[in-house]
Amino acid sequence: MGKELVAAISEIREDDALRMVQEAVDKGENLDSILTDCQAAMNIVGERYEKGDYFLPELIMSGEMLKKISDLVKPKLGAAATAGGAKKKGKVVLGTVRGDIHDIGKDIVGFMLDVNGFDVHDLGVDVPEDKFVEAVKTDKPQVVALSGFLTLAYDSMKSTVDALDKAGLRKGVKVMIGGGQITEMVKDYVKADAFGMDAVAAVRLAKQWTA
Amino acid sequence: MATEVKKAEKPWQEMTPDEKLQRRIDAWLAAPGINFVSAQAEADYKARINNYLDAITLRKMPHHVPVMPNLGSFAQHHYGYTEKDMMYDPDKMSDASMRATLEFQIDMQIGTSTTLNGRVADILDYKQYNWPGHGVPDDGEFQFIDDEYLKADEYDAFMRDPTDFWQRVILPRTVGALEPFKRLSIPTYRMPNAGDYGKPEVQAALKKLMEAGEVAVRFQQKSATTSKKLKELGYPAIEGGTSSVPFDFLGDALRGTREISFDMFRRPEKLMDVLEWATPLMIKRGLDSARMGSAPIVGFALHKGSDPYMSEKHFQTFYWGPWRKVMEAFIQEGLIIRGGCQGFHNKRLETYRTMPKGKVYWNIGYGTDIARAKELLGGIACISGGITAGILHQGAPEEVAGHCRQVIDIAAKGGGYIFATSNIDRNAKIENVKAMIKTVKEYGVYS
Repeated sequence: MGKELVAAISEIREDDALRMVQEAVDKGENLDSILTDCQAAMNIVGERYEKGDYFLPELIMSGEMLKKISDLVKPKLGAAATAGGAKKKGKVVLGTVRGDIHDIGKDIVGFMLDVNGFDVHDLGVDVPEDKFVEAVKTDKPQVVALSGFLTLAYDSMKSTVDALDKAGLRKGVKVMIGGGQITEMVKDYVKADAFGMDAVAAVRLAKQWTA
Repeated sequence: MATEVKKAEKPWQEMTPDEKLQRRIDAWLAAPGINFVSAQAEADYKARINNYLDAITLRKMPHHVPVMPNLGSFAQHHYGYTEKDMMYDPDKMSDASMRATLEFQIDMQIGTSTTLNGRVADILDYKQYNWPGHGVPDDGEFQFIDDEYLKADEYDAFMRDPTDFWQRVILPRTVGALEPFKRLSIPTYRMPNAGDYGKPEVQAALKKLMEAGEVAVRFQQKSATTSKKLKELGYPAIEGGTSSVPFDFLGDALRGTREISFDMFRRPEKLMDVLEWATPLMIKRGLDSARMGSAPIVGFALHKGSDPYMSEKHFQTFYWGPWRKVMEAFIQEGLIIRGGCQGFHNKRLETYRTMPKGKVYWNIGYGTDIARAKELLGGIACISGGITAGILHQGAPEEVAGHCRQVIDIAAKGGGYIFATSNIDRNAKIENVKAMIKTVKEYGVYS
C-alpha cells in the first residue's frame, strides 16, 4: 500500500487516500508505515509547491488529509506514535503574534514541521509576549516561529523577541518570522534570525538549525 | 457654484458604453449640490478629477502623476486619535479627515472612516469580527474571523432563496442581536405573519436594528457633511461603487478560506454552479452602488486570486471566468473597474492584460513587481503602487525621496500611473510622509 498511499496523498486524491487507510485499519494491518507514508507524501507536496505546481489549496487539502488519517490511525497506534516513528528532530514553539488572528499560514507551517519530525507547540493566534516567554521556558525549544500578517505584527514580533531577550532566553533559541509583508528590513527590525516566505522555507530553516 | 446635470440626448439604454461613461464623467464633474468656496476651488476640483481620469482611462497624458497615497490610518494617529476613535466617534473621524486633507493637500480627500462602525458592531453584536475593545487593542485594526459561516450542504437552500436564507440562517449565525430572526416564519405571500413581530425576542432584535440604524445614519451624515465641505474646498472624493469577485463573495465571508479550498477538490461542479449563480448578484451590487454624480468606478478588493492562493487552472476556472463576466457588465454600463491587488499578482498580469484598454485600473500591492506590471500593462491599463511600506517606517527622508523617484521613473512613463499606496499606518514617520508627498508633487509632473 505504501507507494499507492503516497501517490494518493501527494496527488490530493482524498477519497482514495482515506479509503486505503480505512481498509488497512479494518483489516488490522500494521499501521506504523502509514505515518511514514504521510511524511514521504508531504515531502512531494512540498517539492511541488516549491516548483510552482501546487498552491495554498493543495497545502490546505494535504493538511486536512493528514488530520483525517491521523484521526484514523493514531488511536490504534497509541500515545507513543509519532510522525515518522523516529526520535523528534527538535522542538518548535509557534504562534501568531499579539494583535493578529491570521492562522492559515501558521497552521500549514505547523503541520509541515510536525510531519517532518518536529515537536510543535502551537500557541494559537493573538499570542501575547509573556505567553511565548512562558512556552520557551517550559518547552526549551530550539526554534521559535512567529507568524504575522498585518503590518502591526512587526512591532509585536519585535516586542516578543525583546521579551525573550529580557528573560535571558534569546540566545538559546533561533527565531524565524513569516506571514505577510516580511522582508530583510523587517527581519532586522524585529531582530529575528531569519524570515521565510512559506511553510517549505520554515521546514528548511528548522532542519538547518537542528542539524 | 453647483451646476445642474444636463438632460441626456438619448435614453440610457440606447447609449454606447463610451457614451454612458462620458455621461457619468459629466455628472461627476457637474458636482451636484456642491457650492464651491471660490472659483479657484472649483478649478482645482475639476482639474484634479480630469487629471485622475486622464490617468485611469489613458485618454491623454495627465498633467502630473495623481498624488493619492492612502493616509487614513496615518492621519488618525498624527492628530492624536486611535482606530477606536474612528470607529466610535464621528466628530473625531471628521476632524481627522478635514485636518489631514487641508494639511497634506494631495489630489483627493483623505478619508478616515472605517469599514466597520464600532458602535453598530457593539449594538448588533457582530460575531465575525474582532475590533478595538473586542479582542483588539484601541490602536489595532479590526479583523475578520475566517470561518465556515455557510456549510456545503446549505448551498442549494441558499441559491433557492438567498434573501430568506440570509435573514433566517446567516444573520442569526453571524449577528448576535439578530439571532431571534431564525424564529420568523416562511412568508405566506398573502399577508405578513404579524404574530412573528409580537414575539418579545423578535421585537428586541428589531429595536436593536433601529438603534444601530440611528447610529449609522448619524455617522453617515457627519461623513457626508465633511466630504461636502472638502469638495467645496476643491478636494474630490474618489468614491464609486464596490463589488466582489464571485469567488471572494463566496470564499471570504460565507464558506471561509479552508472550506472553499476543499470545495475546489471535493465538489468542483457544485462550486461552479454557485459561482455562476452569484455572478448576476455581484453585477447588481456594483451597479446599484455606482451612483450617478460620483466617480464612474467600481472597486474590487482582490483576495483569493493572488499567486499563492490557487493554480493557474483554478484561477481561470473559478476566479477569473465569473469575475470577467461581472467586469464586462460594468464596462457595458459605462464604468471603469478598479482592481485592488492585495498580495502577489505577478502570475495574473498576463490575464489582466486581456481586459480592454483604459477600462481597468490596477492597484499594484507590495507583492507584485511594479516594473513587470508596467511592462505588461503599460498602454493598456493604468496602474498604481510600487512603494514599499517598510521604508516609511524605518527609512530616512532622503531614502524615501529616492525610492519615490525610482518608482515614478519605472511606473509613470507614458502616463497611466497613479501614486496610490496601500494603507500607510500610524507608525510611519511624519517626515517620511512629507518627503514622499513633496517628491511626488515635484517629480511627478509630466513635461
